[in-house]
Amino acid sequence: MSTAVKTQKLTMVQAITDAMATMMREHDNVLVLGEDVGRNGGVFRATDGLQAEFGEKRVIDTPLAESGIIGTSIGLAMNGFRPIAEMQFFGFIYPAFNQIMTHASRIRSRTLGHFTVPMVIRAPFGAGVRAPEIHSDSVEALFTHMPGIKVVVPSNAYDAKGLLIASIEDSDPVLFLEPMRCYRSHKLEVPEEKYTVEIGKGARLQEGEDITLIAWGAMVDVVKKAAKEIEQAEGITCDVLDLRTLYPLDRDLISESVQKTGRGVIVHEAPGTGGVGNDVVSLINDTSFLHLRSPIKRVTGHDTPVPMFAIEDHYLPDAERVKQAIVDTVRF
Amino acid sequence: METQFPMKQILNEDGVVVNSEFENEMTESLTKELYIKMLRARMFDRKGVNLQRQGRIGTYVPFEGQEAAQVGSSLVLEEGDWMFPTYRDHAATLTYGHSARNLFLYWKGYPIGCVPPEGKNIFPPAVPIASQLLHATGTAWAEKMKGTDRGSIVYFGDGATSEGDFHEGLNFASVFNAPVVFFNQNNGFAISVPMEKQMKTKTIAQKAVAYDIPGVRIDGNDIFVVYFETKKAMEHARQGNGPTLIEAVTYRYGAHTTADDPSKYRDQEEAKRRRETTDPLLRLERYMANKGYFEEAWKTQVEEEITREIEQAVEDMEAFGPAEPTDMFTHVFQTPTWSVQDQLDGFKSRIKEEV
Repeated sequence: MSTAVKTQKLTMVQAITDAMATMMREHDNVLVLGEDVGRNGGVFRATDGLQAEFGEKRVIDTPLAESGIIGTSIGLAMNGFRPIAEMQFFGFIYPAFNQIMTHASRIRSRTLGHFTVPMVIRAPFGAGVRAPEIHSDSVEALFTHMPGIKVVVPSNAYDAKGLLIASIEDSDPVLFLEPMRCYRSHKLEVPEEKYTVEIGKGARLQEGEDITLIAWGAMVDVVKKAAKEIEQAEGITCDVLDLRTLYPLDRDLISESVQKTGRGVIVHEAPGTGGVGNDVVSLINDTSFLHLRSPIKRVTGHDTPVPMFAIEDHYLPDAERVKQAIVDTVRF
Repeated sequence: METQFPMKQILNEDGVVVNSEFENEMTESLTKELYIKMLRARMFDRKGVNLQRQGRIGTYVPFEGQEAAQVGSSLVLEEGDWMFPTYRDHAATLTYGHSARNLFLYWKGYPIGCVPPEGKNIFPPAVPIASQLLHATGTAWAEKMKGTDRGSIVYFGDGATSEGDFHEGLNFASVFNAPVVFFNQNNGFAISVPMEKQMKTKTIAQKAVAYDIPGVRIDGNDIFVVYFETKKAMEHARQGNGPTLIEAVTYRYGAHTTADDPSKYRDQEEAKRRRETTDPLLRLERYMANKGYFEEAWKTQVEEEITREIEQAVEDMEAFGPAEPTDMFTHVFQTPTWSVQDQLDGFKSRIKEEV
């Protein structure tokens, strides 16, 4: 007799809160810290209610200092705690870059495993929510390039809870990027109990035969829309992949899909040059070159700073650009 | 500000006690222990420079002249405390129990040089300046939350106080009342830049005012004042009273590193004068002689024992064998990712083919 899993309908941001609460109830050493995360519940309310439940010693309003938040979290993590450090926006992470780059990511390797840093850095990221300038950066590739840190990006409520729990349980530092556009864009049934979604495993959201579409974060919805419209208009069917983790990439899922379809379009909102999409192209070359029927195409943000919001729609990939890339690739 | 933060001293340059606050605790056995540990540090350091000159290790970072600051402050640590050194603080790490062999291996480029003995919370040398102040604050904060009476000590130079992480470290420690001792060794130069070009303030201790924590300025070449003031600061921390900033004013005779030429930016006559005036070992020798318990024969015997220990460490370093190249792959993550594993497998098969 199977026991039905109790679920609740949650937005992605609620699922993120639920993941932290679930882990904090189970483990006394899990802490949340950052700017405004306590009483205010975070600028996006991701930590709403946590301080009321767990107290000021476990949900900590820190001084306004990103390097300080990450640097002290490193010390806490080395000394028995599992800190979840919040950056208010991914675009504000640069002052902490030195701590992440020179310490969090390499303390394990520098000390041959004697000291380790099991911490999570959460950061809302991406454009499309009409945020002021600097708030919308999508520089995930700076961190996938950094050995010793994993980079995770959920696109929906179910994955967000499971991936965040997996990230908190991970013995190494994890950068957990939360697409702001997805925070409240839809609700999903999310199990009330603890569960994990494995880091490093992508998801196939839709089966198709003609082309593989690969995206993450807020671009997943854009790609799904494009896939639906192109099937209706042109009869082209798409395999749609949500990578969910940018380091390590899901090599098996990507290569299996591309070997089936022989074609691919990668969509990300970060600038194209040096973007993670280039790593995906490289992976496809390594694993699936002889299966390809056309070159892999990328649809990306421009090699410009994310513009102020009066023109950000012109920066972001949309379904029209994705559909054009699909048509170009299939008719190559 | 200099008058508000006068430089505390117990022994003056002639080895005469000028402050009797701790005289009862300045026993012969403590004095001899401090002397032996300083001598050991100096001999280790000279060996390090020589090994570099002979090409037996890589670039080395000497600290001769700063023995009192490092030995006196580290000797107050207890089992379970945390130490965050810079690359110049081998006297401190050695005193707290790091192995001399691993310290030499560090400068020979061996990853194992970063690994402290089991049970010793000694972090690898901080390379980016001032970043380690936050780690010390974090580990100390963790001890506080665990309810222990353990704390952290963190070492940094005068140049580090210009970095943002100096402020963030002191501010976080102050706000969260973390049991940390911020131990500054002010040797007057950040490589070639003298203190007056580094900051407008005449002291570093006065910066503590901004964080509402104790700031103490001490003669860093007087091991008694270093030892007792650091002990006081650690006890203050252990009792839940939060951090202290200590400025130990000291002097380094030699170069910033063995790859550096200090004659380009520093008066070399000053180093010669300092050996006769402010030297921490000479000062303690004078004090011990005044007290009637310094004998050359005793010193010779101590030197012989230290020489044997250091020679053994050098022998162990050189007998260590080649560094394990696969270490670079196996400790990136607890479980290697596929890309790291693939690269490791490829590396191993290339090595096999070469053999």
